[in-house]
Amino acid sequence: MSFDIKPSKISLVIGASSVGTLIEWYDFYIFGMLATIISKQFFPSDAGTSALLSTLAIFAAGFIVRPFGALVFGRLGDLIGRKYTFLLTLVLMGGSTFAIGLVPGFATIGWAAPILVLVLRLLQGLALGGEYGGAATYVAEHAPANRRGFWTSWIQTTATLGLFFALGVIILIRSNQGVESFSAEWGGWRYPFWMSIILVVVSILIRMKMSESPMFTKLKSEGKISTNPLKESFGHKANFKMVLLALFGAVMGQGVIWYTGQFYAQSFIETVCKVEFVQSRNLMLWAILFATPFFVVFGYLSDRIGRKWIMMFGMLAGILTYRPIYQYFLDATNAKNRTEKIDLTHTVATEKLAMVDTKEGTKLYVVQKIDTVYTDGAKFSYTKTDTLHLAGIIQDASTGSIYYTQPNAMDATKLDTIVVKLKPTKGAMLDASKTQEVKITAASLKPSIVIEKTLDHTTYWNLIWLVFVQILYVTMVYGPIAAFLVELFPTKIRYTSMSLPYHIGNGVFGGLVPFLGTLIVEFTKTAENPAGDPLAGLWYPIGVASICLFIGVIYLTNKVDKEVMD
Amino acid sequence: MNTIKKILGLVWMFLAPAIIWFLASQAIQKIAGATTLTRSNVTLQWVIILTIFTPICIGFFIFGFYAFKGEYDQLPVNSKDLE
Repeated sequence: MSFDIKPSKISLVIGASSVGTLIEWYDFYIFGMLATIISKQFFPSDAGTSALLSTLAIFAAGFIVRPFGALVFGRLGDLIGRKYTFLLTLVLMGGSTFAIGLVPGFATIGWAAPILVLVLRLLQGLALGGEYGGAATYVAEHAPANRRGFWTSWIQTTATLGLFFALGVIILIRSNQGVESFSAEWGGWRYPFWMSIILVVVSILIRMKMSESPMFTKLKSEGKISTNPLKESFGHKANFKMVLLALFGAVMGQGVIWYTGQFYAQSFIETVCKVEFVQSRNLMLWAILFATPFFVVFGYLSDRIGRKWIMMFGMLAGILTYRPIYQYFLDATNAKNRTEKIDLTHTVATEKLAMVDTKEGTKLYVVQKIDTVYTDGAKFSYTKTDTLHLAGIIQDASTGSIYYTQPNAMDATKLDTIVVKLKPTKGAMLDASKTQEVKITAASLKPSIVIEKTLDHTTYWNLIWLVFVQILYVTMVYGPIAAFLVELFPTKIRYTSMSLPYHIGNGVFGGLVPFLGTLIVEFTKTAENPAGDPLAGLWYPIGVASICLFIGVIYLTNKVDKEVMD
Repeated sequence: MNTIKKILGLVWMFLAPAIIWFLASQAIQKIAGATTLTRSNVTLQWVIILTIFTPICIGFFIFGFYAFKGEYDQLPVNSKDLE
């Protein structure tokens, strides 16, 4: 059975569904991307409590509340209809995002701040759990059988485009405002949250004009809608076994491929390879921009050759190439692999020297900045802040000088002794011009090292290309999956049945990629190799994708279901 | 192919409790190794992970059981097959 849809209505159905879903992803991502600032603004400075609340906000929202939202809104969508349910999730998501931007910081309202933010973040997770299944089902139920993969693939672009817009908006505001102004209590970091309300209102107005899914309307008019979608989805063996097959044979692998390509890649480039903040985000933006059209390409292709093998190929490609790709990331950004050095600048930032009275006594902070510029244009900056206890300093009585000797970790032969000319004054920043030469022989305590690498043009584009390749895998596994899930379940319990495996696969298996990746790297740390194997974290996505690929190849069929009305 | 599906069902049934055992042993190790300052946070992380992964692993065990029983030998082609 098929429904005749006018071309103008097709665009409205796809457009309205996709824009709303894109906004929901944007809302969900900006919180994660601004997590450091949010943590500073809303959570107490007491490290233990702060970490505990942050964990709740990040873990609970992603892993528990998302699948719970899938159950709550999936059930609602199968009972009252797709249109009103995903309208509700949009209002909930937009409202909570806007509200996060309005909550005063911990410094102003104390404990109410983290509690409010935590509740609003959980509401975001709940709304996200309900949105995707509704949008995918709604579009699929409008689509003709031979175009279902193509139509629903537009919905599949939204998660990546949501990331694109979240990255872009944050970089734009941060660049215009400057880091300090952006990070202030009522600074620019709040603008992305406030912007959400405008986007949501527009999206709601569009969605209000839409009519209910024709399949659901027909089912309702015939009195055939489910009375208990949860029981029918998970209580009946025949349907439950398909839920399990969807999860373990497709969505679980898709989730880890997605999170590795879009989130682990960014995190690895920034925190392990130490590529500079703006450059690491810009390269993600380029890669996303180039790869996004392929969601639609693979959605279209899945209508022609079937969903299964496209998804399986995406998983296989990830399994086989992740380690070589990430090894290249490490090699290309390793200073040891670069020899054509043309300039080396040592800067002792004396204006930053400060004497501070702390519980442990008076401390002196010495900041060194070393910029290494290479012939290919790359610049690696190394900033080291040493904390010195003044109690340990021995001053040369004859000259009054303090010499501070510290080898350069990047190139130990180049930096020998730094003479710090200063006259320490407690509680005040030091004025280098009015100081005398002093000699420091105290040992350095807990040096803080910040490395920022600005890549040369060729390496930068090589990294873009390799992130693009990973997102291409994402488009293979993710492009056809909405149509695949829709065809697996009957109309009357479709929203519920497809939402839960989707959010377990993505929220739990995918969402745990950074956490479990870091945990696996910890296992590889030894006394001989205290840094561990930085590539070991990839075994988690590779392992999960391998099991999923195995199950998918053996248990799934490649048949495109022409009739999803039943 | 159906025989392979059934034999692999046994593998999934074995793998499910093995994953729970691995996660539980990791949780105990990590919580015991945490400092006083980080213990509550580490405990919370692992409680959430175990809470969410235990039902998933039970689901994986059931999936293996269904595969072993031949439930996936023939996949449904319409809604009547799902009733």
